[in-house]
Amino acid sequence: MRYEAPQSIEAAIDLLATVDGAYVLAGGTDLLVKLRAEMLEPDLVVDIKRIAGMKDITPEDGGWRIGAAVSGAEMGEHAALAADWPGVVEAVGLIGSTQVQGRATLAGNLCNASPAADSVPAMVAANASVRIVGPNGTRDVPVVEVPAGPGKTTLAPGEFIASVFLPAKGAGASDAYLRFIPRTEMDIAVVGCGVSLALDGAGKVTSARVALGAVGPKVMLVDPAAEAILGRTLDDSALDDLAEACSAAASPIDDKRGTVDFRRHVAGVLARRVALIAATRAKGEPA
Amino acid sequence: MSQIHVKTTINGDVTEFLCEAEDTLLDVLRDRLGMTGSKEGCGTGDCGACSVTVDGRLVCSCLMLGAEAEGREVATIEGMATGDQLHPLQQKFIEMAALQCGICTPGILVAAKSLLEKNPDPTEEEVRYWLAGNLCRCTGYDKIIRAVMETAADLRRAS
Amino acid sequence: MALDSSDKSRTFKVVGTRPLRPDGIDKVTGRARFGADIVAPGMLTGRVLRSPHAHARIVKIDTAKARALPGVKAVVTRADFGTVPDAVADILDNCMAGDKALYDGHAVAAVAASSAAVARKALRLIEVEYEVLPHVSDVDAAMQPGAPVLHAGRQDETVPEGYSQNVMSRVEFGHGDIDKGLAEADRVVERTYRTGATHQGYIEPHACLATMGPDGQADLWGCTQGHYMVRNTCAAILGMEQGQLRVTASEIGGGFGGKTTVFLEPVALMLSKLAGRPVKMVMTRSEVLRATGPTSSSSIDIKLGMTRDGRITAGYAQLRYQGGAYPGSPVDMGSMSAFAPYDLENVKTVGFDVVTNRPKAAAYRAPGAPMAAFAVESAVDELAKGFGLDPLEVRLKNAAREGTLASYGPTFPAIGLEATLEAAKAHPHWGAPLGENQGRGVACGFWFNFGGDTCVTLNITPDGTVTVSEGNPDIGGSRASMTMMAAEELGIPYDKVRTIIADTGSLGQNEVTDGSRVTFAVGLATIEAARNAKREMCKRAAMVWGIDEEAVEWVDGAARPAGPNAGKHDPMTLKEIAAIASNTGGPIAGHYEVNAEGAGVSFGTHMVDVEVDPDTGSTKILRYTVFQDAGKAVHPAYVEGQFQGGAVQGIGWALNEEYIYGEDGILQNAGFLDYRIPVASDLPMIDTVILEIANPGHPYGVRGVGETPIVPPLAAIANAVSAAAGVRMTDLPMSPPRVLAAIQGQKGA
Repeated sequence: MRYEAPQSIEAAIDLLATVDGAYVLAGGTDLLVKLRAEMLEPDLVVDIKRIAGMKDITPEDGGWRIGAAVSGAEMGEHAALAADWPGVVEAVGLIGSTQVQGRATLAGNLCNASPAADSVPAMVAANASVRIVGPNGTRDVPVVEVPAGPGKTTLAPGEFIASVFLPAKGAGASDAYLRFIPRTEMDIAVVGCGVSLALDGAGKVTSARVALGAVGPKVMLVDPAAEAILGRTLDDSALDDLAEACSAAASPIDDKRGTVDFRRHVAGVLARRVALIAATRAKGEPA
Repeated sequence: MSQIHVKTTINGDVTEFLCEAEDTLLDVLRDRLGMTGSKEGCGTGDCGACSVTVDGRLVCSCLMLGAEAEGREVATIEGMATGDQLHPLQQKFIEMAALQCGICTPGILVAAKSLLEKNPDPTEEEVRYWLAGNLCRCTGYDKIIRAVMETAADLRRAS
Repeated sequence: MALDSSDKSRTFKVVGTRPLRPDGIDKVTGRARFGADIVAPGMLTGRVLRSPHAHARIVKIDTAKARALPGVKAVVTRADFGTVPDAVADILDNCMAGDKALYDGHAVAAVAASSAAVARKALRLIEVEYEVLPHVSDVDAAMQPGAPVLHAGRQDETVPEGYSQNVMSRVEFGHGDIDKGLAEADRVVERTYRTGATHQGYIEPHACLATMGPDGQADLWGCTQGHYMVRNTCAAILGMEQGQLRVTASEIGGGFGGKTTVFLEPVALMLSKLAGRPVKMVMTRSEVLRATGPTSSSSIDIKLGMTRDGRITAGYAQLRYQGGAYPGSPVDMGSMSAFAPYDLENVKTVGFDVVTNRPKAAAYRAPGAPMAAFAVESAVDELAKGFGLDPLEVRLKNAAREGTLASYGPTFPAIGLEATLEAAKAHPHWGAPLGENQGRGVACGFWFNFGGDTCVTLNITPDGTVTVSEGNPDIGGSRASMTMMAAEELGIPYDKVRTIIADTGSLGQNEVTDGSRVTFAVGLATIEAARNAKREMCKRAAMVWGIDEEAVEWVDGAARPAGPNAGKHDPMTLKEIAAIASNTGGPIAGHYEVNAEGAGVSFGTHMVDVEVDPDTGSTKILRYTVFQDAGKAVHPAYVEGQFQGGAVQGIGWALNEEYIYGEDGILQNAGFLDYRIPVASDLPMIDTVILEIANPGHPYGVRGVGETPIVPPLAAIANAVSAAAGVRMTDLPMSPPRVLAAIQGQKGA
């Protein structure tokens, strides 16, 4: 294995494009585990942290552009970002331990393509996009289109994610993310749910995006769940419909982390709770 | 494949080493530099026994390549005491019996020091969540949490 | 070695205080050397190739390609070991498979190479031809007559007809007439309880460094709970004389029973022998979980009868433990301990030791007892609640006490169960209010405590300080405890004594650090060694004073004339006697060698509050209090630490920890990510109440304290969760999916 730490995006693309079996290293919290387990044997690892801009959080069009090597801890410490997108920031903050937070990134969490990735449902709910660079140029792609299945992405060979873009949050809007895990920390989500919504002055939902993790082969945007609350105040009846839509959309598997029945049920339970937190935040109240 | 030459700073000392690309920072510390205070309990970032700071940021040294340390400032358990003066956390851990077998202790001390530098007045809940990535199987955490809280209180009084 | 007669009024000067541990600074600075923290000149790296199958015949192993790889210095398979004595045959087979691989992770070959990378590459070049066989992982399935058989023809004659050959043996304990007792009951509860297999979860993976020369002499360094056991076992496996193998115990990063046998050590020695170089071997976490010794999973039937006023009329348990791939599950100790907390007229336990295609069970803190206590204490709770009785009162009413004929045979001397129950009843925790979805549980637990072979040598240095050499690895502060007992007995300050763990060349045989034996047995030997040294020092003073040695006594760190008839002499301190030792007959030491008996049994009562989320089945531990008899707490902070650590391991076992096997018999959670031990944020503080009911078998009244704390939590938490969730939980772990399903099942019913 070779290790390279190029200084520019172009140099990184050159390296990735010329070596088969090259992997991008940002935070490394998934990559190194796979190296250790001998699941991967790369010929080349390209560390992108020394490329200018990769560690930056920058305002853009009322939203935020987050470099691919920005760690969870750095996002959590960015007060303005956390105020705009508390759900995305708390989702990335749930990944692993304090130590893992020192390295783990949004882009890495997305490219690892685990259906249980915590930050991905939050980003999908937030309608985030990523800027992908590669030998054929640069393209912006919605986050929801990046995962292709467990461990697989839609990135072409030689491409990597240079940044994540969170759009302007809009008036009366906010987001939230919750996951269910058996312990209080250090687990992979058994179910994850991200909700981004906007309310009018009467507390009616004017827009909503609901995303679920760990209940299918990839993170899913659940349109029927959003439709269930659109135009309604979040009373019990609306929340019941939301929960039901989420449970119905879930197509989980039985595994060492949970059962099909459990995941279906908890998808609904979490959706209720997350929607209420997002709504409370959207009203400008502390959640 | 030739080895990678890395120049870095460890506990304030400029340090150079050669490593393989796949060596983790933990491998380098333990097997190339003889700094065995950082422990490997899992190799997957789940136990925290290998905790160090890099440029002031708490990380698992098993989840970082040695090559990535180029130009960085690394701090390990070996640098926590100053001469024969233990860090207040080290002293308090001994006084309050906050260790039994001691294998997790270096990682927990490095993590706790990092917490108190960031948050000198943590609540019990904040200490527990900050240290959630540091597994201890002997103590049930009780005396560890108390020792961190007590040290924080002492340091606040002293400042 | 009975309790000192004057003990009732004895005031201790050192014992009972909280001095700083002698290994403290090394452990907080990173200097302490654990198993993997050592190197040797010319050292090679050893690694093990492991079976990817749960059960397979090993048809052929071709190591030629691995041997040809540059940097490979030795390759070992079972063929390199000769025939070994029966006593270690299963141990060797577990370290290196013979005809069959019996579980996922079973060692089949090993290499020693110039680097870890070469060793890893070499493993991939070893070609193993397997004939995959049907496997069985579940204890009840393994007992069925048609189950795949692991070991044909080894079944013990105690097993009745009709069981698979996987049932290796059957034990039975008890007295009275169960049917008569059940007939006297106003209600009988009959239930089956199950527990998952859990691992000790020590944070330090197994590690050792072996050096063996062509002259047959060998040295071994490593983390173990018993380096004398390692010496004896490895010597037998390698066909060596015990005296030729010196084993030095490193600091040990947790064991909890899991380091009471060998895994890597014989292999490392064989690799070193063949390579002619030192070989270091360190397990990965995945290897630890796949291929060391978790505890048994269990399936237990209980029949318990009670009158409406809370008297238990009969207790019956059938316990089925799978101990992994070889006989020796702790079902015997489960069967003996199940009803130990109760004074019962009619009691019977039957235990079955069952083999399955899993790693061989090793000891885990009070081996066998927590599962049995889970079943019995759950049933006691259910009956008490059913009659509307206070569960502590019911336990007090039936509690074993001095004079009780224990269910496993002996008659108890003074014991502390009632004291723990009374303390629990009087504690503010018991009456504290509970909120919605919250529940409180209590349970009792028992452990035998062990004694065993023990040696201590206590040396007086020329400047009057004291060194103590003992042969048991210090796993939780025992060097501090030995130092305290030596200082107490000699009447000198704690900081004038230093205790070390001696290698196997330095002392006689020492039993493993297990059975909560060390503070009791090594403490006893330390006290007696100190007494021997005192006698010698009194003799030296008598010589100087020219009086009979019987006329000299040792008081407060000095020899003094025993009475007015002995004449007037100024006391001679230990330091003064040490200074003239050379001129009064030579160096002074005391030593003591014993097979220690009289380890007093230990009881505890745990109380826990939980909150269960009815929508997710998730359980939060809100409050936890441990009440336990320590006999005499030598270092109370370390006693508290044992109580707290045991309780939290029990919390993990109760809520989240378990070995998860797929249909293919492969372990699915061989890492700390999905083998979920409790993390700091899962827990509240663990409150402790130390009771001191002196053990009549120890000079200071000490009882072992380390194991009992893991016995009650499973049941205490199950009782609390059952109360909070409104449904009786009978299967561990009480993971959220399982609790939610039980809640929903209850709603549906």
